[in-house]
Amino acid sequence: MLKISNLHASVEGKQILKGLNLEVKAGEIHAIMGPNGAGKSTLGNVLAGRDSYEVTEGEALLDGVDLLDMSPEDRAREGLFLAFQYPVEIPGVSNINFLKTAVNDIREYKGLPPIEAKEFLQLVKEKQKLVEFSANLANRSLNEGFSGGEKKRNEIFQLAMLNPKLAILDETDSGLDIDALRIVANGVNQLRSQDNAFVVITHYQRLLDYIIPDFVHVLYDGRIVKTGPKELALELEEKGYDWLKEVDTLNA
Amino acid sequence: MSTIVASSLFQQLTSAYQEVETTNESSLLKSLRQGAYAHFEQAGFPTVKHEDWKYTNIHHLVNKTYVLNAEVDIANLDLSKADIPGLDAHRIVLVNGQYVLAFSSLDDEVGVVVKSIQEAVEEIHFQKHFAQHADKTGSAMVALNTALYTSGIYLSVPKNKVVSKPIQIVHIATGDQEFFAQTRNLYILEANAEAEIIESFITLDNTASNLHNKVTEIVLDENAKLQHYYLQLASDTGSYINHTEVYQTKHSLYNNYNCNFPGVAFVRNDINVRLDAENVESHLYGVNLLADKQLVDNHTIVDHMKPHCESYEWYKNIPQDEATAVFNGKIFVREDAQKTNAFQQNNNMLIGDKSAVYTKPQLEIFADDVKCSHGCTMGQFDEDALFYLRARGIGEESARVLLVHAFAFDVTSRFSNDAVRAYVEDLVAKGLEE
Repeated sequence: MLKISNLHASVEGKQILKGLNLEVKAGEIHAIMGPNGAGKSTLGNVLAGRDSYEVTEGEALLDGVDLLDMSPEDRAREGLFLAFQYPVEIPGVSNINFLKTAVNDIREYKGLPPIEAKEFLQLVKEKQKLVEFSANLANRSLNEGFSGGEKKRNEIFQLAMLNPKLAILDETDSGLDIDALRIVANGVNQLRSQDNAFVVITHYQRLLDYIIPDFVHVLYDGRIVKTGPKELALELEEKGYDWLKEVDTLNA
Repeated sequence: MSTIVASSLFQQLTSAYQEVETTNESSLLKSLRQGAYAHFEQAGFPTVKHEDWKYTNIHHLVNKTYVLNAEVDIANLDLSKADIPGLDAHRIVLVNGQYVLAFSSLDDEVGVVVKSIQEAVEEIHFQKHFAQHADKTGSAMVALNTALYTSGIYLSVPKNKVVSKPIQIVHIATGDQEFFAQTRNLYILEANAEAEIIESFITLDNTASNLHNKVTEIVLDENAKLQHYYLQLASDTGSYINHTEVYQTKHSLYNNYNCNFPGVAFVRNDINVRLDAENVESHLYGVNLLADKQLVDNHTIVDHMKPHCESYEWYKNIPQDEATAVFNGKIFVREDAQKTNAFQQNNNMLIGDKSAVYTKPQLEIFADDVKCSHGCTMGQFDEDALFYLRARGIGEESARVLLVHAFAFDVTSRFSNDAVRAYVEDLVAKGLEE
């Protein structure tokens, strides 16, 4: 589904990703872990198309379509979703109006007519339950005055509404208490299917107790230096990342 | 007729005044015109040397000649540019500031008087209030209007009357002659009366350039309530200088919603509210979405003269391209006006590298037990918000429209009329696409 080859990217002239390779197949969940500054969030932002990140080399194909030449909105319409580490507050834009615009813009791209009002509301009602999101929150301005946990739940709510092929969760667990973490993880688990895939970026093993990955990758200094089964996360939790410096040197 | 060929509007006005002097108007009116003309003649048109006109140069507008009392063809006027979807309203039409057409549906509103200002001289309210409020500001443009207005609307709502639906006043500019028009309006709401007035400014296709100097005086008696909309939709051949003077007595409420959109070349609004009794409430809202080389200047004065009054002012400017927005908001809190609650905010979103905003919030407080706040902000598109919306599949254009709507939301959400609100939001979306 997603195939990233030899991806190099920089921010303000500073090279962050230095030849990253990753392949994700439909139905899989991949976790990406790594120390601060390794390039985890850069990966998410580069794939989603944030302006300030410059791709200097490599490609990223989503079902054979090269994402890197596309506008952010077209990437989303092709089925990519980035759950933001820091969701933006936009006072004056209602959550529902925002979602309806997004759903319809994506449908238009796919040559579908706008969604029926009734069908849309039904969908909202159904997906809200997934993240235990109240109607009150859904009707408020986008993320305005939301707690950290509510913002992250809103990201998963949007994910559920837009039903992407590939979702990247960028440190969705940061700032969550244990109850919110459980709710978010439950949401993701109910959404996973044989037709979609998830890339879960996280610092901590904790989230992976709830969302069980098929693979764990360690990102270090702009490259994936180690890949293993879910047990690798536990090993990292125990040993930290320092020992990877040696692995990295050995690989180099 | 003067035999001298005029080379400027000022000269034209001088000869026009000499003609007016010879008409057989009432002595009251004559002496008002006399005093006003003397004032204007001495002051002249304002220039950028006047602090209040520093960023708003009218030299190019007045340094030429116009037809002063142009013949107007009022047959088959196309009013569709003023249509507001879903709005059921009475209509009054003012053509080139000369002709007043009141639609007959107004007859159903018992006691409401609508007539041209020329026909209103005998009205008690006219005799009591005409030129008693706006002229006190010392404005040369108001003086010019008092001296030489030709037509306008007189509207009064009797005691306890709640007008059953909004009254839309359509100001049309039309014709192939370049004209200068001066209209004078007087709106009176007697005690406990309530009304909603929506004024739309439109230009018919192929209209020659036109300049307007309009003055509106509004008097709200005890507990009267007026919702007042200005929807500026004229095209780039139009230039408007509007003065609105509102005089409020106790427990009255005045809400002004001032909206300007791409098109009209030049707008200068002076909107002044005088809170001359206790427990008065006034709200001034503005949404100005500009484009091309437009200049829109909104000067407001909120004058707290008595205790226990509340005012609330919020203006949002969104200049695109090379457009200029000017905001000057003055709040006076007089010595008597204890327990005043005054709020003012001006937010600006500059789109376009050559757009400009000049803003000046001013507070002058002479009382010591008051709550006042003012502030202004300058900004551009929030790039993080734009990216967030686009990352959800929303196209860049739609995302920008959503963000501008969000920016204007503090103001549009306070519109009392849902049809007008939807209409204004739609005009904002259209104004961004062009």
